[in-house]
Amino acid sequence: MKKKNLLTRVIIIAIVTVVGIYLVIGPRRRPNLKDFTWSGIKQTLKSNIHLGLDLQGGSHLVMRVKTEEYLKRLTEESYTAAQNAAKDAGFETKGGQAVTTNGNYSVALQLSDPSKAAEVKEAVQKKVELGDSNVWTYSPSGDTITWTMTQAAQRTLADNASTQALNIIDSRINALGITEPLLQTHGAQSSHQILLQMPGVQDPERVKNILQGQSRLELVHVIGPPSPAPATTYTSEADAIASLNSAGTVPPNRKVIAYQERIEKSADSSKDPNQQKPKQWVVVENPAIIDGSELRNAAAIPTQGGRSDDYEINFSLKKTGAEKFGAWTGSHINEYMGVVLNGEVKSIAYIKSQIFDSGQISGRFTKQSAEDLALTLRSGALPAPIEYIEERTVGPSLGQDSIRAGVRASLVGLALVVVFMLFYYRGSGVNAVVALILNMILMLAGLIVFGATLTLPGIAGMILTIGMAVDSNVLIFERIREEWRSGKTVPSSVDLGFDRAFITIIDTHVTTIISSLFLFVFGTGPIRGFAVTLVIGLLVNLFSAVYVSRTIFIWLLSRRKMESLSI
Amino acid sequence: MFQVLHDINIDWLGNRRWFIGISVLLMLAGLGSAVVRQATGRQAFNLGVDFKGGTVVTTRFKQKPSDDEIRNALTAKGVNDAIVQPVTDRPDTVLIKVPLEGEGQDGRVKVKEALNTFGTEAAPGSELEADQSAAYKIVGTDAVGAIAGAQLRNKAIAVTLAALVGILLYIAVRFEWTYGASAVIAVFHDVLVTLGFFSIFQIEISLNVIAALLTLVGFSVNDTIVVFDRIRENRKLHRRDSLYKITNDSINQTLSRTVITNGLVFLSVLALVLFGGDVLRAFSLALFIGVVFGTYSSIAIASPIMVWWEQRIEAANREMALSFNQPRVMKAAGAAKGAKQGFRDASKPLH
Repeated sequence: MKKKNLLTRVIIIAIVTVVGIYLVIGPRRRPNLKDFTWSGIKQTLKSNIHLGLDLQGGSHLVMRVKTEEYLKRLTEESYTAAQNAAKDAGFETKGGQAVTTNGNYSVALQLSDPSKAAEVKEAVQKKVELGDSNVWTYSPSGDTITWTMTQAAQRTLADNASTQALNIIDSRINALGITEPLLQTHGAQSSHQILLQMPGVQDPERVKNILQGQSRLELVHVIGPPSPAPATTYTSEADAIASLNSAGTVPPNRKVIAYQERIEKSADSSKDPNQQKPKQWVVVENPAIIDGSELRNAAAIPTQGGRSDDYEINFSLKKTGAEKFGAWTGSHINEYMGVVLNGEVKSIAYIKSQIFDSGQISGRFTKQSAEDLALTLRSGALPAPIEYIEERTVGPSLGQDSIRAGVRASLVGLALVVVFMLFYYRGSGVNAVVALILNMILMLAGLIVFGATLTLPGIAGMILTIGMAVDSNVLIFERIREEWRSGKTVPSSVDLGFDRAFITIIDTHVTTIISSLFLFVFGTGPIRGFAVTLVIGLLVNLFSAVYVSRTIFIWLLSRRKMESLSI
Repeated sequence: MFQVLHDINIDWLGNRRWFIGISVLLMLAGLGSAVVRQATGRQAFNLGVDFKGGTVVTTRFKQKPSDDEIRNALTAKGVNDAIVQPVTDRPDTVLIKVPLEGEGQDGRVKVKEALNTFGTEAAPGSELEADQSAAYKIVGTDAVGAIAGAQLRNKAIAVTLAALVGILLYIAVRFEWTYGASAVIAVFHDVLVTLGFFSIFQIEISLNVIAALLTLVGFSVNDTIVVFDRIRENRKLHRRDSLYKITNDSINQTLSRTVITNGLVFLSVLALVLFGGDVLRAFSLALFIGVVFGTYSSIAIASPIMVWWEQRIEAANREMALSFNQPRVMKAAGAAKGAKQGFRDASKPLH
């Protein structure tokens, strides 16, 4: 063993150790003396190591975008529009339907005069976007003409809807001012899932409600005689449909919507449970005058002359929306207009004069609910509803308990191992202990360098790394003993022991790293945290258990000619 | 020099029938438990919310009501079939488990309503002790819907299988197919036996337990590779010895390492069981069983299967060569298989 070789080894190890220690306890800025006091180190450790939600406390939400609802709405809207377009062009239809079940989405029109199928198709496609052959396939059959949404288009549209939902959720999260949120797609793309992690948030109820708020806003024309007659409402859906005189069906240019003046549960609502007005029904014109996509801004303001807790929402419209709205209100003075939120009429008012770019949603909101609704209106409507499929919250105290338990278990395990190694391998046991401690330091440094998150299973991964690290030492030492017993000299026993054991160590480490990589790539949450720590720990171990331990032996052997070995 | 276990000469392979018999019995016991439970309408495995769906609400009380009182409060609010489970290392804390209900049901909200009968919850952001008027605080929730549960379950199975295939391929490349397959069979055995224990004792299986099962896979393969490595080395050194003898020797030579390493891992895992707290307990238990059987299976399962397999291949090669009655082919087959000729220990017939 050459001295020069030893020097290089020692220098490499010294550099790695110093860098490793600094990475763990040093701050990521120009350090000052204070950083190296006990409390300073504690502080830096906290900011250096990313703790998972299970250790730090916080909320973990997985939501699914119900893209099937989006496709359903799209199909139904296309159907209504197709019916209207056919009628406008002077073609009679006997009926038809929008199919939205079992992954099939199609629009069918039943014609009174089947010979006109081609002309109806032309007329409809001129006005409605059913002509796009990438999305819809057209097929006439008997007196029915059908547009069916292709599978490819279903996928694309659904993917787009969930991307859009992700963006909207992102803007709502930002508006809420949540610190360091993690928002990303979750699982396979076709599963349309979104993962949201919010460190420090313990009760995610409000966030959940805000994210879930679909906030589809529409302004509609309520059918009925103009003011001063009161707005025409019906006590049941059947009554509303009957008023249309169309044999119990709703014609495509009309819609029957529930009307319930919104009365929020406020602090005193428990005293007055009958405040909620009975549900009513109204007939409105289809399509709506404008929808939420024309919204420029929305804000919660106190209702003038209302109770102190009454709030309403003021909104203003974009230029295009304002033009449309202005034209419509100008020609419908004294008629009734309804504000529809998520498919329910929230308030009805008559048009006093032409309105261009602003309006109110009144209806006795609490301050909080008005602000939340305004926030969701500003961020835009979700294209599809979302549902929560996984929700985990961890309070900070629970996390601290887990850290304490994990650290305690690790230390006890480490202590047991150290005592045994020193007892069993005596002098060489020191090698193993040095290697183990270096392993722990470098493993933490590795976690920090890769920006990995330390989770509870991650701590378990650390304990297992201790196990694997000890195994490497045991393999080497047992082999050295074996070679020595068979009559070889001390230096060649050490050399052979390391060389032979190294083959085994490589094989065992690579297999474990391979299986951990699978866990990392395909696993979720906790399993992933476990895999990351284990892989980093094993890579570090190849350095600490083999390279460092061998260097110590080389150093010992270089000092004097050894006749025996403390092993 | 302090030394346990050296110069041992145990005929491990000679006892293979016992070993395999015991393993088959253990696997049958586990399988029997799962099948019988399934058939009688109980649960084959005690799946946690991670895989079954449902809500677990971890609640800390100032003055903990009795489990029955909590259960009654839940029933009064329409939460039936809730399980109230005390936390052993924290007497003021309970886990309230609510099974999966219809879509849109929020277990947390309902449990909170029920808990409000005992007083108010501590304000968000403040600890239970800091809030004078509060009676309890929800310190953690896990709610998993049906979709997510199925997803996590499928993923756990897929990941385990994928990891096994990866291991099989690596060992096949580094050693031979027979070695890889034997190692994987041994690992499969360990997983089945551990799952059997979980079924018999109805220990809850959560995501963390799956992580433990995967660690077990790693450890078991680790042990098997140490033995196989030694077999590979010995086959080069002692070309004249039979595979039977080489395998026995290799197991004996690595036995001291096996005992020390696994003893130490066993101690670390024991520390985990004793000091790791409730959250890590099922995880530690899975590892505990896994370490024992991982060690056992490399000696008792992987090695005998590998030896048996190699001897079958060798016998088949010889037979094929003879049936062609062409000495050259026999020679070629012998050359290709190298040191694999004559592994059978004449004194100990395998069949």
